[in-house]
Amino acid sequence: MNIKILYFARIKEAVNYSTEEITLPNDIFTVTALKNYLSLRGDIWADLFNGKQVVRAAINHELVDNLANIKSGDEVAFFPPVTGG
Amino acid sequence: MEDFEVGFELNKMRLANPSIGALVSFVGQVRDVNESDTVNTLTLEHYPDMTEKALAAIENEAKTRWDIIDSLIVHRIGTLKPQDQIVLVVVSGAHRSEAFKACEFIMDYLKTSAPFWKKEATNQGEHWVEAKLTDDAARARWKQ
Repeated sequence: MNIKILYFARIKEAVNYSTEEITLPNDIFTVTALKNYLSLRGDIWADLFNGKQVVRAAINHELVDNLANIKSGDEVAFFPPVTGG
Repeated sequence: MEDFEVGFELNKMRLANPSIGALVSFVGQVRDVNESDTVNTLTLEHYPDMTEKALAAIENEAKTRWDIIDSLIVHRIGTLKPQDQIVLVVVSGAHRSEAFKACEFIMDYLKTSAPFWKKEATNQGEHWVEAKLTDDAARARWKQ
């Protein structure tokens, strides 16, 4: 399935881009599975997505946890814990 | 992003409804020192498509929990300097108790669930501000 991924703040700076559209293998349908899949891209990605750092996720603009399901056409965002206010 | 005028926003909400008997506001401003470094500028990044939804959800939750009449959240983005205003929350109600609680609730939820990120520039360079455990604890107080 095809999804859009957005990155923010220090995660955006680490991967060096803010948005991408990718086609996922059929067995990736949770946030955890997507994080594991991205962590295979190399050292920078492994460091971000291997679970040692807190990386929050949103699907279609709603905060979700790692067990949330991803559907085709979703906009998935990854970002550090928020620090506004 | 453009600055806000606290007095103007308060009067606008206050005068919109004669049932209002209490108006509570919170203003956040950029501090000149954080984690012992002098802050030159503070830059706020956000997730535009999510920000409005997240803020509206927080306001709606406040309205379901407390008997309030109206609420307003203004959050600035972009590069700010010490003593600039960052955030304004205004809550109105018939009585002060509910308005005070709702205002504090909105700030606690904003700090832990609205998609904003702060980056500080000091003489030592730039760094992203880390989220605070005390903010998570502040949010947890409101768990139902």
